[in-house]
Amino acid sequence: MHETSEHAVHQHAPPTSFIRKHIFSLDHKVIGKQYYGLALLAVFIGMVLSWLMRIHLAWPTWPIPGLDKLSAVGAPAGVMTPEYYLSLMTMHGTIMVFFVLTNAPFAAFGNYFLPIQIGAEDMAFPRFNMMSFWTTFTAFLVMIAAFFVTDGPPISGWTAYAPLSAVGKDAGPGLAMGQNLWAISIAIFCIGSLLGALNFIATTLDLRTKGMSLSRMPYSTWAWFVTAVISLLAFAVLLPACILLILDRTAGTSFFIPSGLVLSDRLQPHAGGSVLLWQHLFWFFGHPEVYIAILPSIGIVCHILPVFARKPLLGPRATIGCMIAIGFLSYMVWGHHMFVSGMNPFSANLFSVPTLIITIPATILTLLLIGTVYGAKMRFTTPALFCLGFISVFISGGISGFFLAQPSLDTYLHATYFVVAHFHFVMAVASIFGVFAATYFWFPKMYGRMMSDTLGKWHFWLTFIGVYCIFMPMHYLGLAGNVRRYSAFVDDYLIALIPVHKFITIAALATGAAQLIFLFNLIWSRFRGPIAPDNPWEGTSLEWSTTSPPPFDNFGGRHMVVYQGPNEYGVEGTANDYVMQTSPEKIVTG
Amino acid sequence: MGKLFAAVVFVITLISVAIFVMHTWWLPIDISTTGPAVDRQMNDTMIGTGILFLAGQLVLGVFVWGSSSRKSGRKIRIFPGGATPLVTAAIILVGLEILTLTFVGSKAWGAIYLTPPAANSLRVDVQAEQFAFYFRYPGPDGQFGGLHPDKIDDGSGNYFGLDPANDIAARDDIVVGSLVVPVNRPVELTLHSKDVGHSFYVRELRVQQDFVPGLDIPLHFTATQTGKFEIVCTQLCGLGHYNMKAYLEVMPEDQWEQWLKSQAGQ
Amino acid sequence: MSESEMALSAGQSGHGAFMEPSPYGIQSKKLTMWLFIISDAVTFGAILMVFSYLRAGTPNWNAPFRFSPSIINGMVMTFVLLTSSLTMLGAVEAAKAGRKAASLKWLGGTVLLGTLFAVLHIREWFHMFDEGWRLFQNPTGGPVIFGAAFFSITGLHLMHVISGVIALIVIAIGYSTDWLDANHVETTGLYWHFVDLVWMFVFPLVYLMNASR
Repeated sequence: MHETSEHAVHQHAPPTSFIRKHIFSLDHKVIGKQYYGLALLAVFIGMVLSWLMRIHLAWPTWPIPGLDKLSAVGAPAGVMTPEYYLSLMTMHGTIMVFFVLTNAPFAAFGNYFLPIQIGAEDMAFPRFNMMSFWTTFTAFLVMIAAFFVTDGPPISGWTAYAPLSAVGKDAGPGLAMGQNLWAISIAIFCIGSLLGALNFIATTLDLRTKGMSLSRMPYSTWAWFVTAVISLLAFAVLLPACILLILDRTAGTSFFIPSGLVLSDRLQPHAGGSVLLWQHLFWFFGHPEVYIAILPSIGIVCHILPVFARKPLLGPRATIGCMIAIGFLSYMVWGHHMFVSGMNPFSANLFSVPTLIITIPATILTLLLIGTVYGAKMRFTTPALFCLGFISVFISGGISGFFLAQPSLDTYLHATYFVVAHFHFVMAVASIFGVFAATYFWFPKMYGRMMSDTLGKWHFWLTFIGVYCIFMPMHYLGLAGNVRRYSAFVDDYLIALIPVHKFITIAALATGAAQLIFLFNLIWSRFRGPIAPDNPWEGTSLEWSTTSPPPFDNFGGRHMVVYQGPNEYGVEGTANDYVMQTSPEKIVTG
Repeated sequence: MGKLFAAVVFVITLISVAIFVMHTWWLPIDISTTGPAVDRQMNDTMIGTGILFLAGQLVLGVFVWGSSSRKSGRKIRIFPGGATPLVTAAIILVGLEILTLTFVGSKAWGAIYLTPPAANSLRVDVQAEQFAFYFRYPGPDGQFGGLHPDKIDDGSGNYFGLDPANDIAARDDIVVGSLVVPVNRPVELTLHSKDVGHSFYVRELRVQQDFVPGLDIPLHFTATQTGKFEIVCTQLCGLGHYNMKAYLEVMPEDQWEQWLKSQAGQ
Repeated sequence: MSESEMALSAGQSGHGAFMEPSPYGIQSKKLTMWLFIISDAVTFGAILMVFSYLRAGTPNWNAPFRFSPSIINGMVMTFVLLTSSLTMLGAVEAAKAGRKAASLKWLGGTVLLGTLFAVLHIREWFHMFDEGWRLFQNPTGGPVIFGAAFFSITGLHLMHVISGVIALIVIAIGYSTDWLDANHVETTGLYWHFVDLVWMFVFPLVYLMNASR
């Protein structure tokens, strides 16, 4: 234990009943773990879906054993139909974006560590916090239910473009009950996320312990805070959009459906709506959502990298400034998803410029991370490797943004695998690398046991090389004009590209299999891992000033007092090479 | 471990860049008057960002390599000048790149989407539906018949919803399943959708444009080479999306006239 | 309330010696109400944007509302809601000054006015249903989208008014039994004024700009 102010306050008794302790718990640490568990479940479902899709793309006639058990109609004899491919694709995208990339880096780790990092006993509103999780969980159940309704999950993609998503069963399979469940699930998810965002902001502003000024908050806390502000405004737009979509589908309104549409030989009884309206509303949420997924991981990497580099993060104020700038700009760029959508072509230029401007704060963040590595005494633990891997994939994913931000190139690359490569690298892989780094880094604190470093390193190398094998070739496919969201390649020029798809599929299966190492490591270490000390990595922030795992009220009744920023690594003239945030000693600079 | 990381990053970076440089998979030939500007823009962006990519990954690798040095008594070093040079470099370098790309690129965009079609353009109406494209030529009278969604009947081939009984202009409209155009003559398309969103994408023309239900979307191009090219749908439109295609046939002017006459005769 | 929450709220209100002061110097609950209002304003903004976008994109928009009875009814509703904001203000002032009885009376008045607004509104809806208005139907022959937009926007607002009335009743009961304090009255007041403010956008956009002579 480190020296902290030992104000005697009475310790709150933790709940004793099983339900209060593990299910409907008000403890942010339990809720954080619940979110993590949900994300873990979701990511494995999402990954299996991607395997099924990849196998079908490379070998369309191969029967997949057991798939006919999941849907006898969608996959007769184990070979999926084109519509079932689209169903799985929609569910892959939706589950990954909402239940993994939004939940894991933000809701899971944010819930567990934001209160601890600012020295609070819990979130500002523990009951709201519990409700957020159970609301999100309900949304997940509703989404999964779409697999089991008669016509299967929707086929309209995670973007659910109207009118395909709005007119109902005439538009194709999965668009009756499945699409209803999708829209309801997302609306519920919005409510859960809004509740969570309110709680995160109030907690960060109001529950900081003595001395924890805003400028002394760790970067991860800053990132969660900025992300919460983005969520507060983004989900507030998706919620009414989903409600209007549900009205269009069930109450006969026509917000997103124009007149004169003929589907299944039937003139649709709708008039007066606008198709582009859905796209505007969706992307006004959708682009900030990208930053909801990536910012927490940026913050986590900025938090973890200095611990293993044993030197302070370069440019702490610039880092925070860039996060805020990215959050701010994220609201001005939604139109870059719509360059060829039939929107006024003048506005393409207007949306292109702020999109390109976002690359400036993103580049600064990347350069500062690289500059932090310079001259470091790097400790190559698993979390450190994932941080370095994050920098590499973030560069790779960011670079392709230069292409897609320009309308003149988007007119060729839009809706090709180039886009798939771009957002998987920059949003999915980079964000997940942050989650992996966070898991290996904070697991000892969460469960009191260390994870296996050997297995962790195997996991890192296989994943790092694997994701490059999966997603780098997709750039080449995109340049060759390979259209995305195709369940089979029947055009002459696409048939020529199938060998590349076979390579990608093999890489995806192998990389996916490597995640089993991670899952094994997680479960094995939970029960058999070596007991973790309180501060195994020699970090400075407040989570390392308490026991592993922390007691019910986080600090065992003590009130922490903070004297330092989170960045005091490689400090000379001290006993260790770092100074804890709770340490009152003076640091001589210079 | 640091050296291994650096080596892996170098290998990945070099292989990736090599495949880009070798053009192993690349854009197909360009057959439109607006295409060269797009291709030039693509090349410029590729070079500019390629340098950034190489520099970023290699510098990362070099720094990680250096940070793994086990020399005893080595002290940590702060990046020379701290954050300021990096922030400045990012703003200036990326800022310049953005400015250049925007100014040059907006011309390429403008040539396709912000320039009105030439007056002598050949007008063709396009109707997209689940899961086919249909093309309509105005016929000898040079006028298109009106569209009546309630008259659409795929069974009798009335894909556009024409009403020849009451609409004289519709009687000679020619409806076909391929887009056949004369070479070097501007073509002005009007895109309608019968049901859901679709998209018109011809790689060789370097254009892509969504069909928006409820709107008539204009698009124009001039093909400079004869041949047969694939038109594919790039906007998710339902279960047959992957199989929704048509052909663009570019012919010499006289051959095209012949073709049009033969179609009108039917 | 669990023990830990008691301790937390004690810490919040006083921001004792163990905490950094809140940057806005207000209770967490009040701060959160402000945050909720920001988020809810974005939601209303989105749905009003939807209405404006569709209206701008619809040629031959006809204005379906006549001055009498629609606009007159709307003006009465506006007057009722504005007055309820005034009574709410009275309740908050009285609660702050510790005059509990007076505050409860003002709260009662606000509840009555809020209910009156809801009743007037629902009555108008039923009149419109009788005329043939539906979410997908416009009996005046104008754009059908007006029915959808009108009922969605006013429905969303009405939902806010009704939940506000329920919240006011709960707060009034809690305040009278000393379960809740003056701060709760003030926080609910913020919400009530916000609902009022939203109406100030809904009324011109949906009613006045659709009035025909």
